Amino acid sequence: MNMNTSARARTAPTRPNLTAYAFLAPVAILVVLFFIIPALLVIYISMTDLATANFTSDVGQMTFIGLKNYETLFSDPYARKIFFNTVFYVLVTLSLFNVGGALVVALLTAHINRRAGFFFRALWLLPRLMTSTVYILMWERMVADPPYGILNQLFGVAGYGTVAFNTNHIWTFVILVNGIIGISFGMIIFTSAIESISKDIMNASLVDGSTAMQRIRYVILPLMRWPLLFVLSYQTLSLLTSYEEILLFTNGGPGVYQTEVWALTAFHRALSNYFGNAQWGYGSAFAVVLVIVGIVLAILYLRIFRFRELVSEPKIENL
Amino acid sequence: MQVDIQNLTKKFGDVTAVADVSLDIRDGEFVAFLGPSGCGKTTTLLMLAGIYKPTDGTITFGERIVNLVPPRERNIGMVFQSYALYPHMTVFGNIAYPLKLKNVSRADQQERVKRVADVMGIGELLDRKPAQLSGGQQQRVALGRALVKEPDILLFDEPLSNLDARLRLTMRAEIKALQKRLGITSVYVTHDQVEALTMADRIAVMNKGRLEAYATPEDLYDHPRTTFIANFVGNPPINMVDVELAQENGQVVARCAAFTVPLDSERVRKAVAHGRKLTMGIRAEDITLGDDAALTGEVYAVEPLGREDMLDVRIGAESFFALATPQQRMRAGDRIGLHIDAERLQFFDPATGKSVLWE
Ligand SMILES: Nc1ncnc2c1ncn2[C@@H]1O[C@H](COP(=O)(O)OP(=O)(O)O)[C@@H](O)[C@H]1O
Ligand SMILES: [Mg+2]
Repeated sequence: MNMNTSARARTAPTRPNLTAYAFLAPVAILVVLFFIIPALLVIYISMTDLATANFTSDVGQMTFIGLKNYETLFSDPYARKIFFNTVFYVLVTLSLFNVGGALVVALLTAHINRRAGFFFRALWLLPRLMTSTVYILMWERMVADPPYGILNQLFGVAGYGTVAFNTNHIWTFVILVNGIIGISFGMIIFTSAIESISKDIMNASLVDGSTAMQRIRYVILPLMRWPLLFVLSYQTLSLLTSYEEILLFTNGGPGVYQTEVWALTAFHRALSNYFGNAQWGYGSAFAVVLVIVGIVLAILYLRIFRFRELVSEPKIENL
Repeated sequence: MQVDIQNLTKKFGDVTAVADVSLDIRDGEFVAFLGPSGCGKTTTLLMLAGIYKPTDGTITFGERIVNLVPPRERNIGMVFQSYALYPHMTVFGNIAYPLKLKNVSRADQQERVKRVADVMGIGELLDRKPAQLSGGQQQRVALGRALVKEPDILLFDEPLSNLDARLRLTMRAEIKALQKRLGITSVYVTHDQVEALTMADRIAVMNKGRLEAYATPEDLYDHPRTTFIANFVGNPPINMVDVELAQENGQVVARCAAFTVPLDSERVRKAVAHGRKLTMGIRAEDITLGDDAALTGEVYAVEPLGREDMLDVRIGAESFFALATPQQRMRAGDRIGLHIDAERLQFFDPATGKSVLWE
């Protein structure tokens, strides 16, 4: 028996590791192929002058220009505007919808009749299930400037004046368009977090004398720290990098970059510039900046929420 | 605080969890709700706590009907089987929580928490989180939290079920002593008949949402009104045999397929007056083992319990639990005589399950 265990101990380190690596390999290969290599390529391209304007015959002719694209970027007056657009867009959408709104919907639907709660949550899922082109088309028709627009038609019927929603209030609608889709993700996570709190703990709080609001504040929210952190960081990053709805809705307009966000700029520069003038190198620089900002934010979140403290060490003693 | 429950009913859709339960609890009394899992004990308790609203009937605390009074206005303390401590709060935070909700000043909170914690013997643990405590310590914290606001009524939902056997014994005595000393009206839900018998002033036996009996432990044990109660209360479980009582040579005999035995006592005579076909109940401790007895059986299995051996004795197809001292050295296969104490027998109507001896 003794010999047996020591023999096993000697062979243990190598064999199971090989098996483990073998199991990891398929995913690892995919990650390397479709994430690491593209990321490295983008970083490299961002340091070249690759663009249709410099094109001769083949890709191999691009020249390495170091950090020149970044110099251009940081002295680009529009980059500043786009940066603050992005900060505004992410902060407002996040707090009113993707995190704040999701939390409100999850808490409200958890405190009403189960079936009704389920119904309302299902309703909030619909925008996410809809094809984005159709969804955006509906919004466009809804808020078009006078004399068009469903809202304006209704205003007319009701006897109010018309409003140039599209021209004067475009940020409101860009945020609404994205926020209404964005609520469902946090809503689902928060709802399951609330439902996973033990029924006994929920009842204990009421018996101890709390109102429903006090229970939310002192018991439910503190127990949701981890899902809150997760949704906050995940949704920050996905808002930073997603541009599909804005592309379809305003394409960064109206006017000069009025609703242009950073990720959309990367796309515009690299792939959809005016007159087919694609600046792959310059666009990649935008993308790289976005990745760096994302990583910094993720680290910050982990720090702020003191992730380590969420894990406590048991010290069991006998009575 | 005295509690009065009248025709209490709770339905969840089609499921009737509690059906027409009526009972009163005297001020300072310790009442146990006893019954198998799913019989509606927790539902009843949560209605007392104000978490569930009764479908029908009334609950009265003192003079006040509380059916629609929210939990926070009932001044109750509750202890759960899962302890239900707030994992993100320290022990201090947990016990102080009911006080914080009542806007008790910081200084008073400190003092009252300290006092309760000392009573519960957890004064040293106030800075710990629940995850850093053993089960017994957690249950003490839960008890402290229930006591700290000096409740009018204490509710317990199987509070000892998650503890090991030894600790359960200690905590049982402690809770009972504490309750007696503080004189707080208490409702204690359990599926463990020993807990109910040892702790309660009165026991409410529940079965499928209905109240089967409401009586003192002694009364419940000695005068079971139904076969359900007789079966549920007592360890080892009471032996039940379907018999036919007949007069033979001026003597009453109980007859079944496996045996015929003469019986003579007041209870037997009372039973005979009610009918011939009856279910006869014999508790293990009312069977004495001896050589020259009217009944003989074969020991089928012996289960040593330490202080005594529990025997499974077979007579034909019938199986009986009996007790023997370890000194008797019973072995499987032994043939033994069984003396039945006829004064201690129970008789039930097999059709209704109701006792023919006690109303
Ligand atoms: N919230 C609920 N919804 C539906 N049925 C329930 C609910 N709570 C309890 N029940 C049902 O009511 C019955 C009694 O449950 P409970 O009071 O928890 O029993 P006990 O505590 O005696 O084990 C069970 O059949 C249970 O399934
Ligand atoms: Mg229960």
